[in-house]
Amino acid sequence: MKPIIRVENLGKQYVIGSRQGYETVRDAITQALRRPFQKVSSPKRERIWALRDVSFAAAPGDLIGIIGRNGAGKSTLLKILSRITEPTMGRVELRGRVGSLLEVGTGFHPELTGRENVYLNGAVLGMKRSEVKQKFDEIVSFAEVERFIDTPIKRYSSGMYLRLAFAVAAHFESEILIVDEVLAVGDVAFQKKCLGRMSKVSKDGRTVLFVSHNMAAVQQLTTKAVVLHQGAVQFVGDTQSAIDNYTSMAALVGTGVYEVGRDGRRLPGLSNAVEFLRLELGDKSSAILASDQNLTILATLKGNETVHNFRLSITIFAADGTPVGSAFGQENLSIQQGHRSVCQLRLEGLRLAPGNYYCGLSVGTGDPSRGHKDFDVILDVLYFEVLAPRASTKDCGTNVCAARCTTPSGIIWEIAD
Amino acid sequence: MNDETIIAESICETAEVRGTAPALPLAAERESSQPLLVIQPKSGWSALDLGEIWAHRELLYFLTWRDIKLRYKQTMLGAIWAILQPLLPMVIFTLFFGRLAGMPSDGIPYSIFAYAALLPWTYFANAVSNSSASVVGNSTLVSKVYFPRMIIPGAATLAALLDFFFGLIMLGVLMLWHHVSLHLGILMFPALVVLTTALALGIGLLFSAWNVRYRDIRYALPFVVQFWMFATPVIYPASLVPHKWRWALALNPLTGVIEGFRSALFGRPFDWMSLSFSSGVAILLLFYAGFAFRRMERTFADTI
Repeated sequence: MKPIIRVENLGKQYVIGSRQGYETVRDAITQALRRPFQKVSSPKRERIWALRDVSFAAAPGDLIGIIGRNGAGKSTLLKILSRITEPTMGRVELRGRVGSLLEVGTGFHPELTGRENVYLNGAVLGMKRSEVKQKFDEIVSFAEVERFIDTPIKRYSSGMYLRLAFAVAAHFESEILIVDEVLAVGDVAFQKKCLGRMSKVSKDGRTVLFVSHNMAAVQQLTTKAVVLHQGAVQFVGDTQSAIDNYTSMAALVGTGVYEVGRDGRRLPGLSNAVEFLRLELGDKSSAILASDQNLTILATLKGNETVHNFRLSITIFAADGTPVGSAFGQENLSIQQGHRSVCQLRLEGLRLAPGNYYCGLSVGTGDPSRGHKDFDVILDVLYFEVLAPRASTKDCGTNVCAARCTTPSGIIWEIAD
Repeated sequence: MNDETIIAESICETAEVRGTAPALPLAAERESSQPLLVIQPKSGWSALDLGEIWAHRELLYFLTWRDIKLRYKQTMLGAIWAILQPLLPMVIFTLFFGRLAGMPSDGIPYSIFAYAALLPWTYFANAVSNSSASVVGNSTLVSKVYFPRMIIPGAATLAALLDFFFGLIMLGVLMLWHHVSLHLGILMFPALVVLTTALALGIGLLFSAWNVRYRDIRYALPFVVQFWMFATPVIYPASLVPHKWRWALALNPLTGVIEGFRSALFGRPFDWMSLSFSSGVAILLLFYAGFAFRRMERTFADTI
């Protein structure tokens, strides 16, 4: 049988740097005027391959997960497959209509009613009016918004909005369905419904490509997976092996030191009154800890303003993205404007279940119970692996259990300053 | 064939082996009926692919409908604005040019003389402004879903057409008021509307694509439109321009159209020369704009 999707040596190059995006007419004119006199036609622009030599194929009815860290090229791949952007090289063959849920609710307009938006969104996704009409009741009842269907959606709660948006997209009868992180939509019951809908889609012989950071969802939904790493295919195969590959790679990639750079791990939009310059695991010789060891992190901070009484906080995530626990330090740190200081953050007796983890750190004031303000947040850094404890395991059991419970703040450590 | 492709092939085979049994025949059926779509880098000019736009005609309809629906949302006067837009300038120009400056108007009352041109001009100007801003204005659509992008400026132009039809009501009232009777020339009216639309769409396509890359368009456009109005015999008759400068006026494709509207309404002879020139420009412009838009739309999602 011929594959429904065949991707061959696909590559996409982006130009990065300050001149990216739109230009002004003046630039274009001066460039054109200079061109005859200049040997170098284009200024120095850094080019990066967001995707390189990606090849894989999918048969009808396949449920394929696409996993990889931020910036691994997942979104770029989906954008090419859904024809939003063109590849720089390579080739894709598709045998069927592509429905993409890259962002649910695309084309929804807040001023229009639910009913109007269903028709508009259906048309945007490529559905015929008759098709929408025929499925209208099904869509509305799936979204559970019957009572509000003639209300402008600006009056909807965010949950209702997303449910309606997902419902329209999920009822689009395409042979290929591309889904990007939409399972974050709505409450648990609705998420189950979405998962059910997607399995049904694949039972009908349609192909689903599912992109997610949530390994649990990938595991539950897909049978095969493609692991992307830095724009290239790292692994293709059954989902479990792919997840193993991904999580082990995550640990390998993690070095004990992270210099804050422009790689998108800093949460944008914060004041940066105090900012992180460098983070390192205290025992930087290896990023492997025994579960009864202490985790020590050295954070180099820079004060862009003079700030008193701030604190550090840390959240630890399991390799599949599940937060395992958070800890907030005492609000007794101070920094002078223009000064640097190194703070140590130590979690005594880590007691995590063996596996791979990474950290997110923040500097700021307050904590979630009484509101908090962060100056700087760095996510997705300092990968480390926890091994089974060397010594006796007398109180490991409880926390192994706690670590497997996926509630955020499941464990609160004391930070020893 | 390189290694990766081989890996890819082997996945497919395993899928066949373990694929859920009842789904396979269904899928096979569907596969045979599905045309192959190939995505690969393109360079240079590509086909207009009007068939694809035809396939998305319902989207064109819905986007037009959305634009119209939203245009006068939360206004007190609603669609009356469609009538006021050409009417208010007419009142102003009638006062200042018609009464105070004594602008000649080819023997027709100045108010209806001006309105007959302001109505199609307002349509043209709104269609050009709206469609030029349309692609950037719909950036979420452009960066999230695929469909032929030409539909966006197309819908913006069509939405402006509806205002034009509203404005026709006022034209009828004015013509009754001034006892202007209809002539055979009125039969040209629909053709002139099509011609105006073609010119507006051609310019709208070009500007909307340029606007994605060069946001200067947004700032330059109001001046261009204003200047263009004065370069077109909208508030003055073409006969006011000295003979030796007529050729310059005729180079403006809107001249023939606007004078054509007056001829159609007031039963004056048509200037077939300038009308053919306008039509020629419209056709060439539309073709060029269509191809240029197709060429530029490939990078929309990356630059918008």
